Amino acid sequence: MTNAYSKLAVSLAVGAGLALGASGAAKAQTPKKGGILNFVVGSKIPSYDGHKETTFGMIHPIRPFYSLLIRINPDNPSSPTDFVCDVCEGDVPKPTEDGTKYTFKIRKDVKFHNGTPMTSADVKATYDKIIFPPKGIPSARKAFFKAVESVSAPDPTTVVFKLKFPTGSFIPALATPFNFIYSKADLDANGLTWHAKNINGSGAFKFVQEQKGSFVEGVRNPDYHFKGQPYLDGFKAISAPKLAVRVNAIRGDRAAIEFRGFPPKHRDDLVKALGDKITVQESDWNCVLLATPNQKRKPFDDARIRQALTLGIDRWGGSKYLSRIAIVKTVGGVVFPNHPLAATKDELMKLKGYSTDMEASRAEAMKLLKDAGAAGLKVDFSNRGVDQPYKVVGTWLVDQWKKIGVNTEQRVQPSPQFYATLRKKKDFDVSIDFNCQSVINPIADITKFLGSAGNNYGEYEDADLEAIYDKILRSGSETEQRSLIRAYETRALSEQAHLAVTLWWYKINPHRSYVKGWKIAPSHYLNQSLDNIWLDKG
Amino acid sequence: MSKYIFKRLLMMIPTLFGAAVFVFFLLRMIPGDVCELRLAGTGLYADPAEILLCQKNLGLDQPLFLQFIDFIVGYMKFDLGLSMWTGSPVTEEIGLRFELSLQVAIMATLVATVIAIPLGIISAVRQDSWIDYVVRVFSIAGIAMPSFWLGILIILGLLIGTQAMFGTPWMPPIDYVPIWEDPMRNLSQLIWPAVATGYRYSAVATRMTRSALLEVLREDYVRTARAKGLAEKIIVNRHALKNALLPVVTILSIEFAFLMGGLVVTEQVFNLNGLGKLFVESVGSQDFNMTQQLVMLVVLIFVVTNFVVDILYAWLDPRIRYS
Repeated sequence: MTNAYSKLAVSLAVGAGLALGASGAAKAQTPKKGGILNFVVGSKIPSYDGHKETTFGMIHPIRPFYSLLIRINPDNPSSPTDFVCDVCEGDVPKPTEDGTKYTFKIRKDVKFHNGTPMTSADVKATYDKIIFPPKGIPSARKAFFKAVESVSAPDPTTVVFKLKFPTGSFIPALATPFNFIYSKADLDANGLTWHAKNINGSGAFKFVQEQKGSFVEGVRNPDYHFKGQPYLDGFKAISAPKLAVRVNAIRGDRAAIEFRGFPPKHRDDLVKALGDKITVQESDWNCVLLATPNQKRKPFDDARIRQALTLGIDRWGGSKYLSRIAIVKTVGGVVFPNHPLAATKDELMKLKGYSTDMEASRAEAMKLLKDAGAAGLKVDFSNRGVDQPYKVVGTWLVDQWKKIGVNTEQRVQPSPQFYATLRKKKDFDVSIDFNCQSVINPIADITKFLGSAGNNYGEYEDADLEAIYDKILRSGSETEQRSLIRAYETRALSEQAHLAVTLWWYKINPHRSYVKGWKIAPSHYLNQSLDNIWLDKG
Repeated sequence: MSKYIFKRLLMMIPTLFGAAVFVFFLLRMIPGDVCELRLAGTGLYADPAEILLCQKNLGLDQPLFLQFIDFIVGYMKFDLGLSMWTGSPVTEEIGLRFELSLQVAIMATLVATVIAIPLGIISAVRQDSWIDYVVRVFSIAGIAMPSFWLGILIILGLLIGTQAMFGTPWMPPIDYVPIWEDPMRNLSQLIWPAVATGYRYSAVATRMTRSALLEVLREDYVRTARAKGLAEKIIVNRHALKNALLPVVTILSIEFAFLMGGLVVTEQVFNLNGLGKLFVESVGSQDFNMTQQLVMLVVLIFVVTNFVVDILYAWLDPRIRYS
């Protein structure tokens, strides 16, 4: 009975969260001003420079100090295609000159926190640093902008991006939350590394202090360009590496929210303990774990072996059961499941390893192994020593492969050693790997499956796959892109089975019900400007 | 005495050097690299040229011997270098956490002393009575129970207990405020880890006090004191306790040194931004420089503590002569 009540409570809380998200502005309450938002962050800040960092440990506490050129719509963050201007004016511009030129008008009312007005020169200097960094200056997302030929600022309110060829990946790349707009004056006067340790943004909050390893504090920016916002007086981002501390912090109201995501059990515990004082928002998550066979090692150079491994995975069953204990849920292919370019269930079921008839799939897998002379195959499987969801999914894979007669030895290592194995030593048969992105940008995200990609560790070359990708990259029509992506997906996941997609992650954000205005996005990197959050504390 | 002190000070040098060699080369044997982790750790494409550049900037491309010389020379000049993860000076990173760790260590030592000495005395004086058994069970439980586990119980107990009593769950603050800025908030955060670690620490000291006092109480001079008709209270407090405290002081001092860098798990449980947490983070992120400097700091604390204890012996027991 108690269990039934718990389930009912969780359903009600999740339902309330989803309803809040879905009801939109029509039913929105009038935001109240004031209050400090305390939130917990499970990772640490390597530096303040968004252009070189890749972790949410930096984004969550630092993003509120900065603006972007464009961003995902904070009122509709679940949409993978809804982008709005941040420091630009009006709507996100449509391309001209056959899709190779984007002209942005910059708002005249944007000011940096030191009081200087923002102009197009600042935007140009920022994107020059991101896209064309000088030697010795790191830029983590330079590869996102391979299509960009030049950035220019013909007048103080205009920025023009000239592309080498039209591509659908450009606008999502611009909205990446790491692309903080820096002041040209700061870059000129202090050098391109100054922002690693200093902050002068134009975001909703001004930097107050960082107590290293403990917290970051921000205070409301009264000159913020979205008038009336932010609603909060300030925020405090508290570092809490242990999951249990973060959960308890919300329970004990030391923090109101954690933006990354909790496993289902912790959601249930919080709802059980706090009832309607907790609201739960849930979403598919733009992260996925992959099983990568090492094709430099025999017999994994044989496509039949790789196909057998993917055929042996019961994704639909895994979705049902693993989602009760881990932050994974959705069955999908190479593209984020909710995107218009993603495969439908019918399309997925045509791929090897996506059938609901597991008996037939496993029989086919065992036949393939036998034909390849690899019955009773032994696999050295490298995994990362992180519980959610690596170890859970890894252990599940071991069990799945056991059912097709594959004897898997799982080697779990801490992150540094795991990466040394994956990237340097390459002494694994199959490794867990992952693709975790911020803005959903299918055309950029699916490069992971190319043997030539710097973050692909399968040790293979596939000219056919590269050729399909080249066509996708240069295709201007969504219909054509969709059809090409299906061909790409079939080649990568089924015919060659270069990588096996396991389950897409599922984001669960239980938060104090007095936190209003924040809507869950399909990535823990997104919707972190905090400018639309307010506190309803009565 | 001064010759002994000088000799002991000189002996610290080979100890520190040995620790430096050990930690430096042991860390380099672990596979992995801070640059790989930082640039490729989120699954993004990481340009190999940028990884090489990062390694060059951090001096990781230099031969190991040169890196070691840099480390030793820097240490001798009190220049501990920069954190490989944050780029901030190691002294700044450690300085921030040292204050908190020191406060927890002092508070835990106070808790331990307040529990251990009275209980140890009672247990010895009332040997084999019911109160002795209670104290022994209490102290064995303290030894058996890891302090981080007790910490988890304390937090859950506070959350559940306060919700049951007041309708709203309460837990200690999770961000640190120095005691001179807000004493109440500071103490409401740090008293719980101090109790959790102090209890375990007191358990060892209680048993040590009991056994040392029992031994002393059987000495001839105690029997003589009793024969002279001195009150038991005076015999215990004035004649026996001071001599029995020698091993207790040693235990308390070594535990204090351990608390300064060894509260790795307890600090995580209470989200304390101390040296233990910094240790875990620096090992996890392959920040060699931070890790080796933290190890050297802990070694230094142990060496200095042992030195101070040796000096304290002379005060506690004038029969000890250093030559």
